[in-house]
Amino acid sequence: MQKFIPKRLSGVDLFLRLFQIAAVALILIAIFNTASEARYTASQWATLLFAGLAQGSIYALIALGYTLVYGILLMINFAHGEVYMAGAFSTVFLAAYFARTGFLNEQPWLAILIMILFAAAISTIVAVLLERIAYRPLRNAPRLIPLITAIGASFALQYTFRGLYGAEFRAYPEVAILRGNMNLFGFQVPVVQPFVFITALLLMGALYWYVERTKAGKAMRAVSEDKDVAKLMGVDIDKVIVTTFMLGGALAGAAGVFNGLFRPQGVFFLMGFFPGIKAFTAAVLGGIGNIPGAMIGGLLLGVIEALGPNLILEGLGIPSANQLKDAIAFIVLVMILIFRPQGIFGERLAEKKA
Amino acid sequence: MGNINWRTILRLGLLGSVVALYFSMIGMVEDFSNRNLIGDLLNLGHVLLYAGIAGGALFAAREHSESNTVGRGLIGLATGALGALLPSGLVLLSSAINMRTVFVNVNPALSNIITFGRGVPTGLLLFVLASAVVGLITALFTVLPETWRGPVGKSFGIVIISAVFSDLVRQVLTNIIGSGMVRSLYVGDAYRPLVAAVLFVGLIALFFWLDRRAKQSNETTAIPQTDAKARQAKNRRNIALFLGWGVFLLIAPWILGSFLSQVLFEIGRFVLLGLGLNIVVGYAGLLDLGYVAFFAFGAYTMGILTTTTAINPAPGVFTFWTALPIVVLVGVVFGLLLGFPVLRMRGDYLAIVTLGFGEIIRILALSDWLAPIMGGAQGILKIPNPVFFGLELNSPELMYYLVLAGSLLAAFISIRLRDSRLGRQWMAMREDEDVAEAMGINLVQTKLLAFAIGAGFSALGGAIFAARLSTIFPHSFNLLISINALSLIIVGGLGSIPGVIVGAIALVGLPELLREFQEYRLLMYGILLIVMMLLRPEGFIPAEVFKRELHSDEDTGGPPAVEAQV
Repeated sequence: MQKFIPKRLSGVDLFLRLFQIAAVALILIAIFNTASEARYTASQWATLLFAGLAQGSIYALIALGYTLVYGILLMINFAHGEVYMAGAFSTVFLAAYFARTGFLNEQPWLAILIMILFAAAISTIVAVLLERIAYRPLRNAPRLIPLITAIGASFALQYTFRGLYGAEFRAYPEVAILRGNMNLFGFQVPVVQPFVFITALLLMGALYWYVERTKAGKAMRAVSEDKDVAKLMGVDIDKVIVTTFMLGGALAGAAGVFNGLFRPQGVFFLMGFFPGIKAFTAAVLGGIGNIPGAMIGGLLLGVIEALGPNLILEGLGIPSANQLKDAIAFIVLVMILIFRPQGIFGERLAEKKA
Repeated sequence: MGNINWRTILRLGLLGSVVALYFSMIGMVEDFSNRNLIGDLLNLGHVLLYAGIAGGALFAAREHSESNTVGRGLIGLATGALGALLPSGLVLLSSAINMRTVFVNVNPALSNIITFGRGVPTGLLLFVLASAVVGLITALFTVLPETWRGPVGKSFGIVIISAVFSDLVRQVLTNIIGSGMVRSLYVGDAYRPLVAAVLFVGLIALFFWLDRRAKQSNETTAIPQTDAKARQAKNRRNIALFLGWGVFLLIAPWILGSFLSQVLFEIGRFVLLGLGLNIVVGYAGLLDLGYVAFFAFGAYTMGILTTTTAINPAPGVFTFWTALPIVVLVGVVFGLLLGFPVLRMRGDYLAIVTLGFGEIIRILALSDWLAPIMGGAQGILKIPNPVFFGLELNSPELMYYLVLAGSLLAAFISIRLRDSRLGRQWMAMREDEDVAEAMGINLVQTKLLAFAIGAGFSALGGAIFAARLSTIFPHSFNLLISINALSLIIVGGLGSIPGVIVGAIALVGLPELLREFQEYRLLMYGILLIVMMLLRPEGFIPAEVFKRELHSDEDTGGPPAVEAQV
């Protein structure tokens, strides 16, 4: 890699290197400060960590959608956050119906399963329509053009769902069996967090199995390696791309339900923006185009975001650090793209770019 | 009429139906039905409801170009009636069960609009009949001879559009012919039906006559004019056009009144932003989604310098005019600072990182941490209006001149930059970074200059914005400003300066005029961006370079090619 960087940019390299050292030093100082002041107890850190893992598994599910599409089309599906919103927002009505009829508390597992399937179905439909209308006609256009369509699609989807369901926040009903705390490794943890984490891991495992062990998965990997050769080998590219969008959509829909169960604030039409960007950050963090990378990146980002304000920002003496929580993801994103654009597991991308 | 393709009819009819259902379910039909266009015969809701149905019929009739009049009429009738299917289904369903708990806009008011207020059996039949008639009319439109089709289509468009923007049209007419006359033409916001009919017929006659004349003059001047003469005539026309626009821009606020001056101010503000972003995206090809950050820096610097906040280094010293150079300088410096880390990034990565920068700035401005400097959620209050030689610019009409001056300056700088060495370096970089570098272009310097100059324009826009509103909040600086600016330069035509102006008028000005439109503005932006990218990615007024690329085989005889100067 190093020898390809032109000599003329060496000043820039130096500056970036200094910037990198300063950033690392700042983070270490902050962590040291926080640790030496011992402001929080171990159980408080554990609470943050578990919440971060649960949130991170939601990011990971969404991030898989970005990474799958990027792996196949080398394109960032900017509107993926809206695919997630579509599933989450639509399912809140089903959940409310289940709660009203009592089904949700009589058969909670079945009800949640149906909700996840429903959300996955809605998100899948939206993702496929998105691909058909906004991306497919532009597949051979310059890269800027599908990106702009994606921004357009993002707004169109947000305000379509606002028109359909209204502008208010709507909260998911509480599920009795997910209420309360449980004892995990000696810490009190809300039941819903391990539930979300484990279910998300199962879904990710299923995806990994699908991509690595089935014939359709093999076709996907082939297209991602080389579209033209895959075509010559008899792979139906359009079908593979639609499948990719469907998988990404289904996972995003499931993530939407988890988000609803996990966060009491409720869902509304703009809810997709921040998770979308953060999941993208997670995908980049793990190395975009890399499936395990997106999973690890998501979990890592969730944890960084949960611990960051208290561990790093307060260590630097910044007041009301939690206000800056949303900025952390962006800072992580900028840092990775500056210092390690290929992400943690990003060998594949580096090859592709070379 | 033997070979009617029923599958086409089914497909297009259902497609039209889906469009009608979509507009109904997201509430546009109902919201827009309060806006009468022609008496109470036709409202904007009707237009939306039947637009898809008519479109389906139009395409179905076009697909059957070999059918005769009766055949195509029948096709239109069938497609139109089919188009009524889904909205009718919606009405039936919503009369059976209450859908409002989920779909907030599917309510009795919507059913009333669709069924003409006649209830389920009769009203629905009427709706199907009306859709079929709309289909029939649009299908018959395609049967019209060529010479009639153009004038009829254009006239219909003009009547509808002038009715939609009746606020603007009435305001201008009132200033020209007096309010009494105007009141006799309109009922409420809508044309009187007779007026609309006369206008329609009159316009058809006018266009017909114009077409005839154009054709005749084409026939008589078969001998081509000499080049010099043609160019002279063109030059003269250009000068006249230029002077006309200049005079109009100078007196515009006094013709248009206070409200429309405010709209002009908004347009001007976005022209300024668009021109700056056009340098970054249009010339240099760097997709920057965090452009609002520099707008915010400009506004906040202006706010901090001209008010008496605690951190103002010299309270009471700076006025708007003395602060302005500092604001632009701050913008340029931040442009360099934020440009530096992203030098290595391209395309979509650059877009996301700059978007991240924009959001970080907004979140920081909102936080308690920087509240002592930026005022936190309260923002900065009581920013004084600029004073121009003793005249306080406190009204929209006067502020318009400020933004006009800023835009003209920015346009001038843009044009000079475009034709400069730096401009050509930007364009070379846009086309291919690696090749540009191989040609000896210093990418670091070129990129940083693009970011810095774009940021300077944006900061200037922010300063004027702060001085106009007197109050700035972090919420004024959200992603939407970046998206707005980006959309308008794309819709206008990337890299094209007239395109920026047209884009700003279309995306910022027109929605301001349509009060009913506000809620759906972003929806329309989204759809417009998609449609634009699918159908006309080069924009309404494409830049010369793109135009030449797309029509390289035609000899335009326009201004000397840019390449010739390189």
